[in-house]
Amino acid sequence: EKTKTTFFDKLGKAVAGKSKVDADVLDDLEDVLISSDVGVATTIKVIDRIEDRVAKDKYLGTTELNGILRDEIAGLLSEVNNGDATDFTIPKQEGPYVVMVVGVNGVGKTTTIGKLAHQFKQKGLKVVLGAGDTFRAAAVDQLQIWADRVGVEIVKQDMGSDPASVAFDTLQSAVAQNADVVLLDTAGRLHNKVNLMNELTKVKRVMQKIIPDAPHDVMLVLDGSTGQNAFEQAKQFTAATEVSSLAVTKLDGTAKGGVVIGISDQFQIPVRYIGVGEGMDDLQVFNKTEFVDSFFN
Amino acid sequence: MFDNLTDKLDKAMHVLKGHGSITEVNVADTLKEIRRALVDADVNYKIAKEFTSRAKEKALGQGVLTTLKPGQLLTKIVKDELTELMGGDVTGLNLTGNPTVILMSGLQGSGKTTFSGKLANFLKTKKSKRPLLVACDIYRPAAIDQLHVVGESVGVEVFSNRDEKDPVKISEAAIAHAKQNGFNVVIIDTAGRLAVDEEMMTEIANVHAAVKPQETLFVVDSMTGQDAVNTAKAFNERLNFDGVILTKLDGDTRGGAALSIKSVVDKPIKFIGTGEKMEAIDVFYPSRMADRILGMGDVVSLVERA
Ligand SMILES: Nc1nc2c(ncn2[C@@H]2O[C@H](COP(=O)(O)OP(=O)(O)OP(=O)(O)O)[C@@H](O)[C@H]2O)c(=O)[nH]1
Ligand SMILES: Nc1nc2c(ncn2[C@@H]2O[C@H](COP(=O)(O)OP(=O)(O)OP(=O)(O)O)[C@@H](O)[C@H]2O)c(=O)[nH]1
Ligand SMILES: [Mg+2]
Ligand SMILES: [Mg+2]
Repeated sequence: EKTKTTFFDKLGKAVAGKSKVDADVLDDLEDVLISSDVGVATTIKVIDRIEDRVAKDKYLGTTELNGILRDEIAGLLSEVNNGDATDFTIPKQEGPYVVMVVGVNGVGKTTTIGKLAHQFKQKGLKVVLGAGDTFRAAAVDQLQIWADRVGVEIVKQDMGSDPASVAFDTLQSAVAQNADVVLLDTAGRLHNKVNLMNELTKVKRVMQKIIPDAPHDVMLVLDGSTGQNAFEQAKQFTAATEVSSLAVTKLDGTAKGGVVIGISDQFQIPVRYIGVGEGMDDLQVFNKTEFVDSFFN
Repeated sequence: MFDNLTDKLDKAMHVLKGHGSITEVNVADTLKEIRRALVDADVNYKIAKEFTSRAKEKALGQGVLTTLKPGQLLTKIVKDELTELMGGDVTGLNLTGNPTVILMSGLQGSGKTTFSGKLANFLKTKKSKRPLLVACDIYRPAAIDQLHVVGESVGVEVFSNRDEKDPVKISEAAIAHAKQNGFNVVIIDTAGRLAVDEEMMTEIANVHAAVKPQETLFVVDSMTGQDAVNTAKAFNERLNFDGVILTKLDGDTRGGAALSIKSVVDKPIKFIGTGEKMEAIDVFYPSRMADRILGMGDVVSLVERA
């Protein structure tokens, strides 16, 4: 709270009644954005926009300025993130809605699946999990524990089996059971490993043998403490699997996850969920305004 | 994204070329570009600022006397400074305890469990030690199973007690077990935790106080951004750790967090993780890391073109 007031106060004082934003204030703003991992390019974009606005609408008061600042940052997210969802929803459709969850190692894919399963189950939806990580030590056990904890079905094979085959089984079983949602876990992989990225493409293709338009959502999970490398992650995972949504995890710590602003802007992918802890209730629907405000906390 | 540094320095050097010496004015732009490149590489922005002002001091002092062109000189200064900051020589582990106790710490998902297995394998095969792995993560689903799988794959015994919920008791029992059974290194895997989680930080501080490790290692994901300084500082304040492990360097991150952490806690980076397999471990070479952060391939070619 303290820093927040101080920053906005300072901003107000420095620009109120002036037609140009003080260099000191812009430096401060730059510091806030950069230290939130927003990145240099996006920070410059935001600052340029603010300077333009101030030059145009001369003599702004503090309140307007605070608003402008939030607007301009949130504006980068707005095109794809309009109409902030307030609830966990999936589109109504015939047959199961298939979500494939991808990302680099250790970002929180499996945990996010567990949390999502919990949310969907609470809404009365029938959920099936697919244990598509057959590689990492005890990955299937981990997902099994989540399935038990939440009380949903899981489809799995032995460790080391073909993930595409697990995906196939999962969809087949989901269709047979008349499930509403399928959440498919995949092994963590670094985006510069060509073979592993091709494997994802294959998993996706195999699912289409059962449900032609599956997966309906490819969710890229980003660790909120990751820096600028998240850009490359978004780029490569999108190339391999056409990522359609983002989830940002571990925002219960001090990291701000600002890199997603630039990613959402550049790749036009909406941020859908944020992870704020390790428990099954610790998943929230992404809220643009709150997210931007958290940079100034 | 990874062409950034080349582009930026190239542009900046253009400004410098044709000038006989480095002046406050012509160096300013270049240093701003270098600072930007460092921030793009995830070096903490404050540290990047300090770093570039230091480089500037050096550049201004030496300018006219050298036979190098200004662009070459500046590049060299930046490279040397960064290498120096990353730390001098390769630092090994202190294995003098009986048994030696090694405690892992770090954020969630940074690679502690995987690295515990790699280290056990390394000590067993390369240092002829008899390590024991200890499962002290009582929270994460299947964390104990994960360590058992990892231990089995490298042929190292894993000590666990699924009924015990106190990591202090588990680790003390493990050390007693090690003494009785001739294990000379005890590697304690712990749960991932956030620095702001007071309860969890107290938990690991208690383990640390109870087992008095020879080596407390802070395991950090090399893709970490600006927050690396906060986390490293907080863990260091509680644990006064002995070294840093940088994981997932098989990716394409520049790894600027390494520089931030080094500057803020001044502890050696001891090992790096370069893959998911148990053999994917390497000692840390400061100069290679400096090269990586700067994108040295780029910088060297710039010097040649200058
Ligand atoms: N504090 C916090 N921890 C989280 C959050 N999401 C996940 N974690 C933790 O991060 C660690 C890694 O989570 P996983 O779900 O196993 O990550 P993953 O992406 O499936 O990992 P791999 O399958 O190994 O690639 C675990 O310790 C989780 O409890 C979050 O939002 N906040
Ligand atoms: N590519 C790559 N993956 C790694 C490396 N080190 C660990 N991983 C992967 O990162 C993920 C997380 O590793 P863990 O060892 O489970 O991390 P942790 O710190 O024990 O996680 P928590 O116990 O949940 O806090 C797993 O998918 C590992 O296989 C590495 O050096 N390179
Ligand atoms: Mg997983
Ligand atoms: Mg672990």
